[in-house]
Amino acid sequence: MEIAERRPLPLRLRRFRAGSLVPIVMLLAVLLVLIAVRQPNFLAPPSLLSFLGRSTPIILLAAGQYFVIVSGEFDLSVGSLVTAQVVVAARLIDSEPSRTWPVVALLLTFGILVGLINGLVTTRLRVPSFITTLGMFLILVGAVYLWSDGAPKGGLSEEFRRFGRRAFEDVPGLGRVQYALLVLLAVATAAVLLSRSDFGRTLVAVGGNPRTAELSGVRVWRAKTIAFVLSGLAAALAAILLGGYSGVSFQAGAGLEFAAITAVVLGGVALGGGRGSVFGAMLGALTLEMLFALLNFYGVSGALKSTVQGAIILLAVAVSSVRSTSR
Amino acid sequence: MSSALSMPARRASPGVFVALVLTLAIGWLVVAIDGGQLFSVPTTVSLLHVAAGLGLVAVGQTLVVIGGSLDLSVAYVISLSTLVAAETMGGDDAALLPGIGLALAVSAGIGLCNGLLVTKVKINPFIATVGVGLLLKGYLDNGYDGPAGRTAPALVQTLGYQRIGPVPLSFLLLLGVAGAAWFALARTRFGHHLIAVGGDPEVARLSGVRNSRVLVTAHVLCSLCAGLAGIYLASRLGSGAPRVGTEGLYDLESIAAVVLGGTALAGGIGGVAGTVGGVLLLAGIDAIFNQLEVDAFFKQVIRGVIIIAAVAVYAQRVRGRAAP
Repeated sequence: MEIAERRPLPLRLRRFRAGSLVPIVMLLAVLLVLIAVRQPNFLAPPSLLSFLGRSTPIILLAAGQYFVIVSGEFDLSVGSLVTAQVVVAARLIDSEPSRTWPVVALLLTFGILVGLINGLVTTRLRVPSFITTLGMFLILVGAVYLWSDGAPKGGLSEEFRRFGRRAFEDVPGLGRVQYALLVLLAVATAAVLLSRSDFGRTLVAVGGNPRTAELSGVRVWRAKTIAFVLSGLAAALAAILLGGYSGVSFQAGAGLEFAAITAVVLGGVALGGGRGSVFGAMLGALTLEMLFALLNFYGVSGALKSTVQGAIILLAVAVSSVRSTSR
Repeated sequence: MSSALSMPARRASPGVFVALVLTLAIGWLVVAIDGGQLFSVPTTVSLLHVAAGLGLVAVGQTLVVIGGSLDLSVAYVISLSTLVAAETMGGDDAALLPGIGLALAVSAGIGLCNGLLVTKVKINPFIATVGVGLLLKGYLDNGYDGPAGRTAPALVQTLGYQRIGPVPLSFLLLLGVAGAAWFALARTRFGHHLIAVGGDPEVARLSGVRNSRVLVTAHVLCSLCAGLAGIYLASRLGSGAPRVGTEGLYDLESIAAVVLGGTALAGGIGGVAGTVGGVLLLAGIDAIFNQLEVDAFFKQVIRGVIIIAAVAVYAQRVRGRAAP
């Protein structure tokens, strides 16, 4: 890291060595084998595709969280943002099909707005991001309960739900291809392109050393704010899919922020910023979902999810910190 | 920053006390106009009870924050402590002391774990304590659906509900713990070392301070305080409650109280007296809202805004001071 900062073309070098995808791909392969042993038909294209569709929301959140984490911050508000979005959508649509598209547009705007506030409060008012986003968590959860008097109201239209539910039937060779997979493909492509663009590289530089970035002419606050906006946008997309897939409840987004952070860490992104790839983060989300599927197949209680996430975060960070101190 | 070495521990900003007096005065007026009475005995008692629970956690949090660290696992430690205490006691006065002892021992163990992760494995304190918190959350989610165990009646009657005039025993306990923490910070070697480590770890190390040992001690003390808060909550509720810590937002609120009290999140500056002021301020706002019968969810929105705003105000102040 220190050597890299002194050299003129560090970003490219760093991207190839650190944040390597090898560990996460190996882990994914091991999990696939373990699942195949227990549940051989899981690997058939239809069930694998439907698994991928179910995992799409968390993969989107991981991609959004990647941009925030690689810039050196955290976004702990995404879970509550997803909940708020789903509840708001249900109340506004109120089972009225014609309101679907305006509400979708509103949700995306809402996500961007929350991200913008998170970003500006963190960068301009210098509030540590975990406090900003945890505060935002309280505000969103409180506001959405307040607005709906303690119980979700209204309902989603079938048009809204199809994003998370419906699929192209009978695609040759694959069977059912969910709409969610198209969203996934589009977002994944956009995220990878964005992370390789000038902006993506700037963001990594900002996370690696904000001072150096600032001195080399980067507007750190703007880069970080955009990262928060991307995370808010990802949460909006995830909420649209989740609302369709699992319906309206105050638990819709519970715990998703920690799942996203765990996924990003699993994907080899350094907490604290400056290292990692968005593709790794998304693979991390897939790995995490696969791990939960595996635990489920082996009859481990879903209530232990948090413990698994906590253990992964501590292990991953411990390994990388031990490695970096021994270097 | 090396001047932190000679800085007295209790540089609590008087700002919080001014804010406290103003808030209570305005609150008293608004409540009076609304036809209520802010300082009646029942409201005062409940205000002090709220302050006692939050205060115990916040005093511990002050120690780790001054040391430049942070503890976000306190909410889960509190929940776990209520359960360990209540289940060990099982409603039996004879098991009172073992229950308290075991709850404190478990809490101290978690604090030790936090401290070692932060100092020896060198994990960022935010991540380390969130990670430990998630481990505990999984254990609680998996093992408990609702209240469990029964607190010893003797504890409920004393720590839970006994009071001297309008002052609950639990608030006196808070004052005792805060006094001890003040003494530790201002008058002992540990306190001076802690402030030095928080101010500038490298300078502290070069001056012969054993940074890890000091920080681990602070983490153990912080968890002990959270454990004590758990025992107090068990005495109020009469049983162990697996979600009381998270629902009470003790993690965020304790940090907010610490920041309101003038302790810098970066470490090295601050004190316990300010934290107690911050706790009373938050408890006062809570009491005013209760008197005005503000919706619980609206209260939560306001809490979020207050926490962010408080930290923002202090961040501006620090920036002003540090400006070249």
